[in-house]
Amino acid sequence: MSNDTMLTRRGLFMKLAILFNGLVGIALAVPIVQFLLSAITRGRANAYLAWVPLGPVSEFPEGETRLATFRNPYVTPTDGKTADTACWVRRMEGDQFQVFAINCMHLGCPVRWFPQSGLFMCPCHGGVYYRDGSRASGPPEHGLVEYPWKVQKDQIIIQAGELPTPGAPIAALDRRTPPCA
Amino acid sequence: MRMIARIGEWFDRRLQLAAPIREAAEHPVPRNAASWFYVFGSAALTVFLLQLATGILLALTYVPSAAEAWNSLQELNHDVTLGWFIRALHGWGSNFMVAIVLIHMMQVFLFGAYKFPRELTWIVGVFLLLMTLGMAFTGQVMRFDQDAYWGLGIGASIVSRVPIAGPALLRLMLGGPIIAGPTLSRFFALHVFVIPGSLIAFVCLHVLMVLRLGINEWPMPGRLVKRATYESEYHELTKRDGAPFVPYAVWKDMFFAAFILLAVTACAVYFGPFGPSGRPDPTIIETVPKPDYFFLWLYALLALLPPSLETPAVLIGPVVVIIGLLLLPFLSGEGEKSWRRRPIAVLSVLLIAIALGTFTRMAEFAPWSPHMNAWSGDPVPERMLHGTTALERQGALVFQVKQCRNCHALGGSGGERGPALDTVAVRLTEDQFIRQVIQGGGNMPTYGKNLSPPETTALVAFLQTLHPPGQAPARDASREVVIEEGPEKLTGKGPGARR
Repeated sequence: MSNDTMLTRRGLFMKLAILFNGLVGIALAVPIVQFLLSAITRGRANAYLAWVPLGPVSEFPEGETRLATFRNPYVTPTDGKTADTACWVRRMEGDQFQVFAINCMHLGCPVRWFPQSGLFMCPCHGGVYYRDGSRASGPPEHGLVEYPWKVQKDQIIIQAGELPTPGAPIAALDRRTPPCA
Repeated sequence: MRMIARIGEWFDRRLQLAAPIREAAEHPVPRNAASWFYVFGSAALTVFLLQLATGILLALTYVPSAAEAWNSLQELNHDVTLGWFIRALHGWGSNFMVAIVLIHMMQVFLFGAYKFPRELTWIVGVFLLLMTLGMAFTGQVMRFDQDAYWGLGIGASIVSRVPIAGPALLRLMLGGPIIAGPTLSRFFALHVFVIPGSLIAFVCLHVLMVLRLGINEWPMPGRLVKRATYESEYHELTKRDGAPFVPYAVWKDMFFAAFILLAVTACAVYFGPFGPSGRPDPTIIETVPKPDYFFLWLYALLALLPPSLETPAVLIGPVVVIIGLLLLPFLSGEGEKSWRRRPIAVLSVLLIAIALGTFTRMAEFAPWSPHMNAWSGDPVPERMLHGTTALERQGALVFQVKQCRNCHALGGSGGERGPALDTVAVRLTEDQFIRQVIQGGGNMPTYGKNLSPPETTALVAFLQTLHPPGQAPARDASREVVIEEGPEKLTGKGPGARR
């Protein structure tokens, strides 16, 4: 209709209005996206991998594997019981331990320990692990995740706080040297 | 009556909706499309409305907090008047909705209704299917019990396997480092705001296109769709052999919708609400998590795929399927509509239906899962111990105590992860038994470290008794020769060697 190269007053205001809306949109979008991504950008902050106590060493007899529970170091007010986590503690000799995440490395179901046969079995798809956490059979591709542990003032404490998954084992695991390497 | 008419007139002068509504109601449909096969779309819409209504009712009591959700479900089930019934309606409604949407899709596919000019209606429909499945999964999370908790764990494990972005996506999904309060809150937002909002928008778009483009005519073998002529042909058809949607076709939709609502109600009254199962406490590990029925096929697939194929199949498979569904109207947008002349289409539907059905059926038995309590709960059948020696009985004891039974059935009870052992002695010799037990293999763990030599001897003695009465156990013929005539006979060396 009108000449394209001609900039009319209304056309200018229209363009300015679009620009103004664009600027306001960006000004709003930045904090909104920041909010949405906060679960990622918060990073593995402080409490995610704090040391948590599992109880006195004397509760774990030598040569046995026992279930221990701990409260996740990072909690929110609405977590309820879901922040309580279980793990398997294997005491070998003296102060030598292995602490396994409860989650099967196939799809995260809770594995159960059978002392008689010395195996961990998963109820979901039949993943089986030996007493040292290494893979025995079934669909899992890796052994169980081990939490870093140490003994402090006669307490066994572990570094936990993240859900171990097959694709993203906990950060602490990256620093761990594999036991049989 | 005149009063009502005048009030109606007052509103319509301001709303101006009567004319477009009448137009939509009376739009002509081909007479042969007023069929009982064409009722599934409106049935899906009806169940969706039921879900909206019951969902809002549930939200009056439900608390989307990981600490409180389970308690509020208990309150709905036991304290709130008819709370159980509303929960049951919502739960059964979701099952019906998934089923009806799938049937609707199958019908549309077999009747060629996705072809020109209805490609976009199909594409929007594919998104509606995905949203329906999204509602089903997030809905299972809302029922925040053990199954929901470990179901989230399975979801987290799958998401974490995405290359590179896995850990970030995992955080985004969980809202934190573990499955906890923020996880339930964000699934609540998805289930109650995000997905239903998009569903409503897409349903409107879907229905609008059905009204604008007209309902698919009954496919006649040999009547081909051509881009150039289809629209005028369709117009001609509705003119020559059409009838107004209301009342000519709508009564079938209405009957079927009422029938479906009645069926949902009957299931709700008769079977009651789903769960909740145990409290979502991750320290309770005596649990056997299982997904709801619409995801059972996936649960089975994850057990049966070879481990190396699993991650690619789970991550790439859905993408391929979705792209395939979206591309379908572009790959075959013209041509034959009738299923009578589309054997590949019919076979594909049958194949998919049989595969999904088989996987779902298998997941109900889950033969791949060890029976966690078989070793202590299922005794060795008495007949297998008749006339056995003390050593063999000791072996039967080892068999139970070492949890062999969790994976191996005897007399029809016990796990099915490994083969049933009722007649295993016919298949394996003593040496093969010892090797298998100690070294494992073929998906069996090695028991070498967990069996003392006497235990192994006893166990193998018991296993060798497991053969049918009239059939001898397997034996290693070469070994007998060795025992009778000495090793020289076989090796061909020494004085007694065979010539």
